[in-house]
Order: sequence, then C-alpha cells, then structure tokens
Amino acid sequence: MQTTSITEDLDAPVNTAQLRRAWREQILTWVMPITVLIIALGLWEYLVWHYEIPKYLIPAPSLIAETLIKDGPSLMASSWFTVKLTFFSLGLAIIGGVLLGALFALSRPVELSLFPFAVILQVTPVVAIAPLILIYVDSTFAALLICAWIVAFFPILSNTVIGLRSADHNLSDLFTMYRASPWQRLRYLLAPSALPYFMAALKVAGGLALIGAVVAEFVAGAAGQHTGLASRIIESSFRSEIPRMFAALVLVSLLGIVIFLLTSWASRKVLGHWHESEIRREN
Amino acid sequence: MNNDPIIRLTRVSKKFGQSMLAVDDISLDIREGEFITFLGPSGCGKSTALKMIAGLLPVTAGTIEITPQSGVSEQDLGFVFQEPTLMPWATVFDNVYLPLRLAGLKRSDVEARVKDILKEVGLTRFEGSYPRELSGGMKMRVSIARALVTRPRILLMDEPFAALDEMTRSKLNDDVVRLANENKLTVIFVTHSVFESVYLSTRIIIMAARPGRLVADMPMQRPWPPKDEWRTTPEFTAEARKVSETLKGTLNANDIDH
Ligand SMILES: Nc1ncnc2c1ncn2[C@@H]1O[C@H](COP(=O)(O)OP(=O)(O)O)[C@@H](O)[C@H]1O
Ligand SMILES: [Mg+2]
Repeated sequence: MQTTSITEDLDAPVNTAQLRRAWREQILTWVMPITVLIIALGLWEYLVWHYEIPKYLIPAPSLIAETLIKDGPSLMASSWFTVKLTFFSLGLAIIGGVLLGALFALSRPVELSLFPFAVILQVTPVVAIAPLILIYVDSTFAALLICAWIVAFFPILSNTVIGLRSADHNLSDLFTMYRASPWQRLRYLLAPSALPYFMAALKVAGGLALIGAVVAEFVAGAAGQHTGLASRIIESSFRSEIPRMFAALVLVSLLGIVIFLLTSWASRKVLGHWHESEIRREN
Repeated sequence: MNNDPIIRLTRVSKKFGQSMLAVDDISLDIREGEFITFLGPSGCGKSTALKMIAGLLPVTAGTIEITPQSGVSEQDLGFVFQEPTLMPWATVFDNVYLPLRLAGLKRSDVEARVKDILKEVGLTRFEGSYPRELSGGMKMRVSIARALVTRPRILLMDEPFAALDEMTRSKLNDDVVRLANENKLTVIFVTHSVFESVYLSTRIIIMAARPGRLVADMPMQRPWPPKDEWRTTPEFTAEARKVSETLKGTLNANDIDH
C-alpha cells in the first residue's frame, strides 16, 4: 500500500533565536512589572520622607512593612480566615454553578423556571442582602460564606450553561451517528467544549469570591465580629491605626493576586495545548 | 457482489417548516461499490439528502433502506463533513479513535487499528499532534481516517474538499479513490464541482434547487479507478462538457420556473 507523503514539516528546529525570544518574554512578564513596582515604592518612600507626611495620613512603605512584621501573628490569623472563606466559597460556587449549569443545559424548563432567581441573586448587591443573611444564619462563618458564594456563583453558572451549549453541531451529529450514550456525550464532547467558558468564569469568580468575602465581612464587622482581614481594616480605621490598615490592605491585595495567578495558571494548564485563548504564539 | 441495492431511497422528501421543500420526491437505488456524486448548485438539498441517508435527519415522507451488514464493523456508515469537524482538544490519534471509543472498545485493543488507518492516510508522524498544528488538507485526512476506522461499507462525504486549494484537493481526490477501491467502499460524494464529479465517480446524480430534486442520473463510461493522466484526455473533457451542459440546462429551467 502506498503511503502519501506529507510536505508540511512541523518539527522546526529549536534555535537560539527562539530561545532568546522566550527569554525576552520572561523578562517582559516578570522583571519589568517588578521593577516598576519597586521604583513606585521607592518614590512613595521618598515623597513621604521628603514632604514629611504624617504616618496617620500616608505611611511609608517601610513602616507598612514594619507593621506587617510586628502585627504578623494577628494579621496572619485574619488572613487565614479570609483565605478559608474565599476558597471555600469559590469551591462551593464551582460545585453549585457547574451542577446547576449542567441541569439548565439539559432541561430548558428547569432553566426557564430557575434562571430568574439566579439573576435576582446576581443583580442584588451583596451588601444589601448580607445583613439579612447575618440575621437568619447563626454561624457568622456560614453567613459570610453564603454572601461570598452568591457573588462568585453566577459567572460559573452562566458560563457553564453557555459552554455546554457551545459544542460544534457537526461533532454533535457525529456523536449521534456513533450512538454515543448521554454520559459519553457529556464526557467526550460537552465537557471539553465547555471548558474554555468554565475557565474564563473561574478567573472572574476567583476575584469575585474575594470581593464577596471582604464585603460581607465589612457588613458583619460592623455588627461586631472580628475575624478576617476586612475586620482588621475596619478596626484599624476606628483606632486611626493607618499603617495597620495599609498592612491589611496589602495582604488582601496579595491574596487577590495569588488567586489571579492560580486561576490563570490553571486555565493555561487545562487549555494551553489546544484553545486559542491560551496558546502562546511566536511572532 | 449481489444485485440488491445497498442503499434504496423511495420517494424521499424533506420539508423544513411549512413550505421549505429541501428535498422533493427522490427515488434512487445505489449498488455496492458505486462511487456516486451528488452534483448541483448550493441549496439544492445535497446535504439534506446525505444527512437523511446518514440517519441524522428524519425524512418527511418516503423511506430510506440500507441493507444491513453482518457485523464486521462497529458502524456501517462513515461521514465526512465539509469542515474537518475535529475535536480541537484531542490529538490526531484520539480524534480517529473516537468512533471506536464510543463503541466501547478499549484503547489498547484498537491501537494498532487506529495506527493502520493513520498510516493509510499518511499521518503516522502526526498521531500526537493537535488539529491546530495541521494544515487544512491534513485535517481533512484525519477526518477521513476517523470515518474509515470503523470499517464502514458506505462512505458519505459532504463537499469535503471545497475549502481546499486545487493541488491539495486533487491529491485528496486520488486518496479517496484509492481508499474506496482498497476497502471496497460504496461512496456518496457531494460536490458542486463538475470536474471533481467527473473525475471521481462511476455515476453522477445531478440535482436542482427550489425544490431540491433529482434531475439527471448519469452513469459514467470510464476507467475506474481513474488515473491522474485521465484528467488531460479528450474523453475526460467530453464527459465534463456533457455533465456541464446537463447542469446548465437544469439551472436555466429553474430560472424560467421562478
Ligand atoms: N435546518 C434547516 N432548516 C431550514 N431550512 C434548511 C435547513 N437545512 C437546510 N435548509 C434549506 O434547505 C435547502 C437545502 O439545503 P442543503 O441541503 O444544505 O443544500 P446544499 O447542501 O445542496 O447546498 C436550502 O435552501 C437550505 O436553506
Ligand atoms: Mg451543503
């Protein structure tokens, strides 16, 4: 049997120019932003020192760092609380969003009857619902969890529904022709088709879970609970301990950055080898 | 080879909605080993007819019978779409393995078989590649390999090479002929190219639009499998002219009708 020759050649040699380009890419993505950050901090430090700005107005970065170390243990405990709250609610949002999304995608009547509730939950600002939830739910942690979950849940739900519906029609026909079982269709067609949508939602939901956790705690904090980073901020504000406020703020930002990096990394890991959004092109 | 048709369409019609008659009263007997092309302008119901034969669309009226085969294949029909229709998240191997996987066959049991078919379409080196890394022609080969991996008797192809450049296209045409010949396939090949249909087929079915119907059934007197040189012979040109004229005739009639 004769085999057809293929003219296209995919194994381009890895040359030094390519390596150099990869290295430059690394510099651009890491070294540049970090350098800029350091310069900005240096400028901040200098301006505070030069104009002798009092620390209860704007503390210098060095003072914030000092506070971070000095109040380390208590701030760490608070961070841990916020981390737990955020990731727990994100996890529940994923489970709830995916399960409900799958249900919606499977059944139009279910979608039509439940979707309005999902939208109401989404469009009502969580700050407005939080006090009610805090009243009805005994455990503060559970109440905060519900608030953060409400915020993070919707993007996962809506993107899962869209994703599950986005499978290529011809491919779907092919599965029909080969008599795929519903499970096979879900496993080999619908789920992979939905994955890019889900990963996009995850990136958004990760940030929203943190926002939900912090906002809910602000509401709860006003009611006298002191546990997470948001409570540290409020408490420091009452006592005019501005450096501590900044320190807590830094930790919240760090947490947000970590979540962003984690979800971006996961998305690249899962989609990098095939989906346009995550493919690195050389040009 | 017995004489009963392998596919028989009896007064098949397809309506979309209330009035859109996509296929109007088509009767057709297709015998084993025939290489048939459905030739016609776009919108004349070629895809619709093919999908009904594949069982992907229900008929509005009439019957389609496919003589069942004593079980040597997982699936009697192979289908190749106009687009390669590959799963972008799966490797070439996994794309071709898909029909067997859906039939419940374990990867280790059919690995050799998948590799064989990849070799037949000239993609051995690319079994680990993802579709995005392949050219249009290569993707089409994967699609053909996937259609053939279940060892079907019938191969349905819906304008499979319409989007490819001329050279890739004629190469793939030769490959399809070779594969059809080697595997003793009955092929229905949809195209709107006169030359493609004359080169490939043993019988050309010409269709016209509004309503989609069968207007001519032209058996080809010709050497089959065709050789590349045949394209440049006077016989080929004569056949092409004949088919072209028949096709034009239906187009004009259509213009007068509407
Ligand atoms: N799902 C559908 N719903 C409504 N009309 C359709 C559908 N599929 C095809 N048609 C119509 O049926 C006619 C035949 O379509 P098709 O079989 O795709 O033609 P061809 O493949 O010959 O170009 C066209 O006019 C097309 O618009
Ligand atoms: Mg078509």
